[in-house]
Formats: sequence, C-alpha cells, structure tokens
Amino acid sequence: MAIFLNADSKVIVQGMTGSEGMKHTQRMLKSGTDIVGGVNPRKAGTTVDFEGGVSVPVYGTVKEAIEATGANVSVIFVPAQFTKAAAVEAIEAEIPLAVVITEGVAVKDTAEFYNYAKDKGTTRIVGPNCPGLITPGVSNAGIIPADISGTGRIGLVSKSGTLTYQMMYELRDFGFSSAVGIGGDPIIGTTHIDCLEAFQNDPDTDAIVMIGEIGGDAEERAAAYIKEHVTKPVVGYVAGFTAPEGKTMGHAGAIVSGSSGTAQAKKEALEAAGVKVGKTPSETADLMREIMKDLAK
Amino acid sequence: MDLFEYQARDMFEKHGVPVLAGAIATTPEQARAAAEQIGPKSGGVTVVKAQVKTGGRGKAGGVKVTKSPDEAQAAAEAILGMDIKGHTVGTVMIAQGARIAEEYYFSVLLDRANRTYLAMCSKEGGMEIEQLAVERPEALARVAVDPNTGIDAAKAQEIVDAAGFDEGDKAAIADVIQKLWTVYREEDATLVEVNPLVKTEDGQIVALDGKVTLDENAGFRHADHEALEDTAHADPLEAAAKEKDLNYVKLDGSVGIIGNGAGLVMSTLDVVAYAGEEFGGQKPANFLDIGGGASAEVMANGLHIILSDPQVKSVFVNVFGGITSCDAVANGIVGALDALGDEEDRPLVVRLDGNNVEEGRRILQERNHPLVTIEPTMDGAARRAAELASRPAAN
Repeated sequence: MAIFLNADSKVIVQGMTGSEGMKHTQRMLKSGTDIVGGVNPRKAGTTVDFEGGVSVPVYGTVKEAIEATGANVSVIFVPAQFTKAAAVEAIEAEIPLAVVITEGVAVKDTAEFYNYAKDKGTTRIVGPNCPGLITPGVSNAGIIPADISGTGRIGLVSKSGTLTYQMMYELRDFGFSSAVGIGGDPIIGTTHIDCLEAFQNDPDTDAIVMIGEIGGDAEERAAAYIKEHVTKPVVGYVAGFTAPEGKTMGHAGAIVSGSSGTAQAKKEALEAAGVKVGKTPSETADLMREIMKDLAK
Repeated sequence: MDLFEYQARDMFEKHGVPVLAGAIATTPEQARAAAEQIGPKSGGVTVVKAQVKTGGRGKAGGVKVTKSPDEAQAAAEAILGMDIKGHTVGTVMIAQGARIAEEYYFSVLLDRANRTYLAMCSKEGGMEIEQLAVERPEALARVAVDPNTGIDAAKAQEIVDAAGFDEGDKAAIADVIQKLWTVYREEDATLVEVNPLVKTEDGQIVALDGKVTLDENAGFRHADHEALEDTAHADPLEAAAKEKDLNYVKLDGSVGIIGNGAGLVMSTLDVVAYAGEEFGGQKPANFLDIGGGASAEVMANGLHIILSDPQVKSVFVNVFGGITSCDAVANGIVGALDALGDEEDRPLVVRLDGNNVEEGRRILQERNHPLVTIEPTMDGAARRAAELASRPAAN
C-alpha cells in the first residue's frame, strides 16, 4: 500500500529531456520506478534511451502521454519560469498526482496553479520546491536517493529535503512505508496534515515522523489535527530554533515574523498534542526507535 | 524583499494609486530643497519621515510635521542617523502635508494557511493593526481573495461592505483597493499594506503610507526590482555570498556553519547551539546552504566566505549527500584550504554522509590536513566544533 505512490504508479516526467530531468529520470528508473513517458512538445515522437536498456517515449502533451500510457503520476522538473504552465497542463489533463520538484517558483504562480487544482479537484499537487516522495522498493517520484533506506513501517513527512534524507538514514534499520518531502515554500500543494491523514489510514504504516521548520503555522495546525484524528504514534522534529527574526533561512517559507512561526511555538504545539519532539535529528530518530521497539513487543 | 516607504509610494504612483508628493533626502540640505519644492502644494506644510524597514517610527520620533524649509531641514537633521529599533536612519522622505478627515486600513497579503490571498480592511486605521486585530477584531474585515480571480469590482465591493464604510465613500475606496490589488498582482508582491489610507478634508482617498514585500522568486518577471534592493545596509559578507549565488545569513556566534539543504543547515545551527551550551555558550556564526548538487567550487567559495568572518573560531561542514556528492565536497574543502595555505589556522570539523561518502572521506583522510577533523555523526561533530571554538586562539 503506502501513501500516494505504489506499485500501480505509472510515472511521466515533464522536463525529462532537460539535464536535471535526464539525470533524475535515470535515478528513478534505477530505483524501480515505472517511468512510462516524458513530455516535451518539441521532441514529441522521439524516445530517450537510458542506462539499463530502457527506452522512454516522449509525448507532446501530458494529455497525450496519459492517453498512450495510462500514466497517473507526473514529476515536474521544468525551470521555475515555466513551472506554472507545466503544472496547469498536468492539472488540465487530470493527472491524479503532480510532483513539482522545481525550486524558486514565484509564489503567485504556485497560488494560481494550486487553486486551479483545488477547484478542479482531480489532481493532488506535491511541492513545489520539494524532493518528491518515495515508497522504498516500489516507486520513487522525485529526487530522494533510493539507496538511503529500504522498506519498512514508518511514515515520514518533511518540509526539508536533506532532513528527509538524514532521518531516513538514521532510521534505515527500520525502513519506511513512504517518505514525502512536501517542500519549504510559503504555499505548497500537499501539507503535513494531508500526509498525516494518509499515513493514519495506511495499513502499512505503524508510526509517523513529522519534520517541520520555522515559518507559517502548518506545524501548529498539524498538531491540532494529530490531537483529533491520529491514533498512531507520531514523533516530531522542528528545525530553526536559532533562526533570527526577519531573515529567510534558505526556504522561501522559512522566516520568523514577530512572534509567529517560531520553532519553540511549533514544538510546544506538537508536545501539547502528545507528539514526542526530539532536540536533534538523531534524538528524534531514537524516540522513534523506542516506539518501534515497543510496537514490536 | 521589503521596500522602503518611498519605494512603495513610487510603486503605488506607477499603478495609479493616489499618493501625495514626496521626495527623499539623505542630508538636511537636500531635505530643505525638497521642502521648498513640495511645501507650496500644501501651504508650506511638509512631513519629514524616517525611512526604515520597521514599525513604530512615529513613537520613536521619526516623523515630524514641519511648516517651513527651515523646520524641514532641522527635522531631517534630527532624524537622519537616528536609531529606530536597531535600524539607523539613512534616508528621510519629505512628503506633502495632508488635511486628514478619516484614517482607514487596507492590506492584501499571502494567506499561507488557506493557500489563497487575504484582504484586510478597517474603518479604523492609523493604529497598529496587530493591536486592532486583538482588541477589536470585529472592526477588521477579513475577506478571502481567490488568486485566479483577484480583487475585481465585485470583490472590492465585498471588501468595502464588510468593512462598513459609509455608502458615500464606498465607490472611491473600492476604486483605490482595486488599484492596490493591481500593485500586488503586477509586481508579484506578497504584501501590500496601507496604514493609514486616508480620506482628506476635501474627500480624496489617499495612500499616506505604504508597506510592500516583493517575492524574490518572481525576479525573472521584474528586471526593475533588483534596483530596489537596499545594498547600503547589506552585510558585506552577505553581499559577497550573494555575488557567488550562495545562500548565506550572518549571525553573531563563533562556529561557522556550511551544509547542504535549508532544513539540514537550520538544524545544524540548532545542534551547534545546544552543544555550545556546554562550552561557554558557543553559537553558530552563520547560515550557509550550498544547495543541492554543489560542485567542489561552490563548496570552496562557501568556505572562503565563512573564513572571511573574523568572528569565526571553528567551522562545521555538515553534508548529507542526496544529489550532492561527498567527493565534490571533500575536494572543495581541500582546494579551499590549500588556497589559503599557512595563513589559515582555524579548525574544520567535517561530517559527511550519503552519496559517495566513502570517496569523500578517503579524499580527506589522504590529504590529512592538520586543520581538518572528520566526525562520524552530526551531534558529535557539532560538539567538537563548539569545543574547538571555545578554546583560546593558538597564537
């Protein structure tokens, strides 16, 4: 099972013929992803050969790719200026899942394509500015390295890419059902809450790690959701305790303004919801390790 | 990027939002000349306003109403150089005086929680909006704005209705609100705030102050936005890092930090601060994210920036290679240290994991540089870096 991405996922790549797209399509193929096509109107009708003897056809539009292959996931690697158009095309074609990897997308563009997807109601957006998601051993839609950790029964949701990798590495002895990097932009398509809900309903997930960071109030809202709806154990980590007010810490959304968006407030909200929060990624992994050991008893 | 009031004023004017005449000055003499020009529009009255990117300048004495060029010059003399909440005033705006009948509030901003925009409007402007929101929330209308339809005539009407303006004022205010929306949309802003939006005694609706935040990710659509950047107040190291396309934020501690990925680097700062508690309160000296897939050159550039900070006593390189390859990182470290030669005596603690880690560690071990220590874990490395920063300098 796992969440959002499984053995039935047929993946197309928008921007496959670009350098980033080529590199990561190769990596996704290597980790077992069923890549059924690429999209590029200027190269429609051609095929691209990858290592391992795989030849991937290129289609002119997302719609054509879906009609020809039955694709149900699109991973978007196009440059930031063109990301909105690519996402809108995927949404118009009603692809069930669009994973937007591109960083540096203007927030207006994201606001517009996200709301278009929301109104249409047929496409889940993950990202932008995210590493995508992986169901280890089954499918990999994005840039999360597949060799960090194998399959297991922990679900992971994180705003940060490298903290996703770090946490998967720390808990590689247990493995993951799915790991979702939701991205660090001010507006993102899939939230902590969406992933918590999916992991709660996923029979292959026993416990959940949630990684947040400063900025906005997504973690606080996730805490409220956990209190109401999540019965599986949740362990949390929040980055950015030492971040000063008014300075953006790398991610466009990671900024403390006034008293809102601080790591301390997020930690307190999570703890009030019964979530154990680690001080460091390693300590967080240890908390999860304890839980997994208890569950195994 | 936050704009100064005068930049917001100019941007408003460009999009047809009614504003008063205003000019900037960086010396009292310039202020006098500006007052001589602008004063006659309003019976000799001008307002001299400190240009700082923080609130509360009025209370701090950063706004003065003046009745003559002499007074404007004196006011500028007093305000220039003033410290307002840690911001030194380098520029004042000399604005035309206004006869204010009523003060309102309007803003449109990004609503992260609902993933839409939010318009806020009140008949009671002038005061701190946070205070109004807490004390009299019913007086602050909040209207959701769909990013794909924006503030059209119907939405503007909804906003002025919700704020409860007098019928006779609604049309004029709704018109200004639509123009402010144009600023928000056309300029890729994430905040446009006017406090106060005023009705003058002769019935004009005018934006008397303006706060605008622009989305730096939208720079590709706005070649003119780069010129709005406040380079005069930028930290020199931050400016140097920006030249090299590095994401660097100067902090005030002693442990230089360099890592890949915003989340991991933020986390590294925290872990160093925790570890530093044991060593006399050592803190991170900076945030530096070399990004995904960084080359040896990027790594070396990052290290050079960090080591140009005299406050740095030790450096912690924390990389989990996802796309970034650990051998590139190791080569960057070795290259930077070799370039610096014997002049550099500050120790580096390196923790590498992930993509091509064995090769990365092998490169560092082979070079066996006396300043470099390899640590296997992030927490252990943070401890070591904090400890090294707490030691008195060798010479």
